[in-house]
Amino acid sequence: MTTTTGSERIVPGEDVLPDPYAAGERRTTEGTVYTVTGGDWDSVLAGGDDEQHMVVNMGPQHPSTHGVLRLVLELEGETVTSARSVIGYLHTGIEKNLEYRNWVQGTTFVTRMDYLSPLFNETAYCLGVEKLLGIEVPERAQVIRVLMMELNRIRSHLVGLATMGLELGALTAMLNGLRESEMILDVFEMITGLRMNHAYVRPGGVAQDLPPGTVEKIRELLVSFDQNLPGYDDLLTGNPIWRQRLQGVAALDVRGCIALGVTGPMLRAAGLAWDLRKTDPYLGYETYEFDVPTETTGDGWARFRVRMREVRESLKIIEQCVDRLAPGPVMVADTKIAWPAQLALGADGMGQSLDHVRQIMGTSMEALIHHFKLVTEGFRVPPGQVYVPIESPRGELGAHIVSDGGTRPYRVHMRDPSFVNLQALPATCEGGLLSDSIVAVATLDPVMGGVDR
Amino acid sequence: MTTPDAHGSTAITPASDGAPTARSGSAVTPADTAARSGSAVTPADTVARSGSDMFGATFGGDTSGFGGLVRRPPAAASSPRPYGSWFDEVADALEEAYPGFSEAVTRVVVDRGELTLHLLPERVAEVCAVLRDAPDLRFELLSSLSGVDYPSQPDRLHVVYHLTSMTYRRRLRLETAVTVEQPFVSSVTAVYPTADFHERETWDFFGVQFTGHPALTRIFMPDDWQGHPQRKDYPLGGVPVEYKGAQIPPPDERRAYA
Repeated sequence: MTTTTGSERIVPGEDVLPDPYAAGERRTTEGTVYTVTGGDWDSVLAGGDDEQHMVVNMGPQHPSTHGVLRLVLELEGETVTSARSVIGYLHTGIEKNLEYRNWVQGTTFVTRMDYLSPLFNETAYCLGVEKLLGIEVPERAQVIRVLMMELNRIRSHLVGLATMGLELGALTAMLNGLRESEMILDVFEMITGLRMNHAYVRPGGVAQDLPPGTVEKIRELLVSFDQNLPGYDDLLTGNPIWRQRLQGVAALDVRGCIALGVTGPMLRAAGLAWDLRKTDPYLGYETYEFDVPTETTGDGWARFRVRMREVRESLKIIEQCVDRLAPGPVMVADTKIAWPAQLALGADGMGQSLDHVRQIMGTSMEALIHHFKLVTEGFRVPPGQVYVPIESPRGELGAHIVSDGGTRPYRVHMRDPSFVNLQALPATCEGGLLSDSIVAVATLDPVMGGVDR
Repeated sequence: MTTPDAHGSTAITPASDGAPTARSGSAVTPADTAARSGSAVTPADTVARSGSDMFGATFGGDTSGFGGLVRRPPAAASSPRPYGSWFDEVADALEEAYPGFSEAVTRVVVDRGELTLHLLPERVAEVCAVLRDAPDLRFELLSSLSGVDYPSQPDRLHVVYHLTSMTYRRRLRLETAVTVEQPFVSSVTAVYPTADFHERETWDFFGVQFTGHPALTRIFMPDDWQGHPQRKDYPLGGVPVEYKGAQIPPPDERRAYA
């Protein structure tokens, strides 16, 4: 670094600041800390004071940690003696932000929590708001919500499977999983306009009706899934390497699951058929015919099997939804709650329907006032608190919503299953090999957006 | 809870708590509002804003003709027996299994089909142990634990527990309240190990200290962070804009309608 009169200047080409991420070693009171960048393990192994005992910081930027998850692993040789997860790298203060937006705007925030199951976040939140309001959404909106959630469940399981393949070195599984999930994203894009962060489910119903051609597109999707799903069995279920990586690894029994609050596919893989769609039905799930797949071993293999079988059950539900879609409103009739927008496809894309604009501007002052009040200020929700749980792809997703009677939520807390399930990590990793801790994380399938919120 | 009215819209009628049912078109008078706010209220309700219709008009200002919705009156302080549904069974079973019931449980509130027991903060862990183990209760799963801040209350920091009985398929809410000066709640980690992360989160965001927690450290915010961000009086940041010294104010100082 060179200094000129009074001000510091960095001279280009000169290495002025030490790179904190460069390979190297430094002595601390707790031992030598090595920064390794790949290909330089020899220096660690050669310099170790204690050859066997090592603490490895894995993540938050590591391709096998399923997102910005940091694991602190204590190793004796290759055996994990202690595993702790460090989270918060993706904390964005969504729950705090919600308190400064109105009730409808809340859906655009919660959809970003667990970004692989946006429609579940929206539905849990909206069911909570609707319970506070004391309203029930129309039949068609309920069917559409179920349809969208089940498509989302398949998508989430396939991405979980794809990333699991990536982390375990089965790249074909990744490409296959992403190929199928793209097809579902196409359907989402057709219906909501977006591949994720939809804000499609709104308090009182859904943002808009299904566009023409949706049902045909979903039927095509069902056919192609029927054709492609056996490929997964050929590729993975019968694959001896895949079996050996997963069987008997990262097991957790029912007692452990319940003590640690673990729900969803992990609990069902351990043998308890606990599925909120059956035990605590919402949105008419009791009227659909489907099974709750379970396994008994509770290991990585059982979780993989449960997720694969749940995909098939979801396909059954989607088929029933498509058959059941009868014409009708998709938003409550109450104009004090229903979002006033009437969308239509114009020459320049989707936008406010010109007929609707003409009507509220030219003929009905009250409708105009309502439109203005609802959009700028929002509706009020009677004071009180509710807790609404639904079955997300990862387990119990609960919305605890408190209202003080105003136009904005007083407090929203989402009980995210990824956050709770992550506590099972020490129980599933400790005592196993380092490579098996990857299986534990992958089959736990945490989504860090949901964990950190 | 919805009934179609003559306008084709829906009217919400208050639930089973015996409150007056106002219907479409009836303007709520200030006297009604005063009568409601004069009744005993829950901590959550004391922060409720006044106003009588969904758009906040206080003197029947809704001339739209829609007017089906009526604001729900606050739930009573403690719901009278019988609570209805299975709530009485649970209350009786807990009273029988837990001798300190009358001191530990300060209020029992039934609202929107959900049962809430308000507890003393130092008794939470004891009550949870009974709720988990008693054969007639069997709340095996702690679904959720989080905080709510009510700055207008002396006991402003509330901790809310959501318990699930997988055996009986029931859900129960526990609620306790502490002051900022004495923010001590007994930890339930020994009863429900799953409370570990939840209690760390509630400490991080609200500053509630759970006595008996094995390692109560921050979980989302950095270790050296100052303050507890989910408290209502936590300062929010504005956005400086490089245009003639302009500044976008923090969200709580912006224009608000309610």
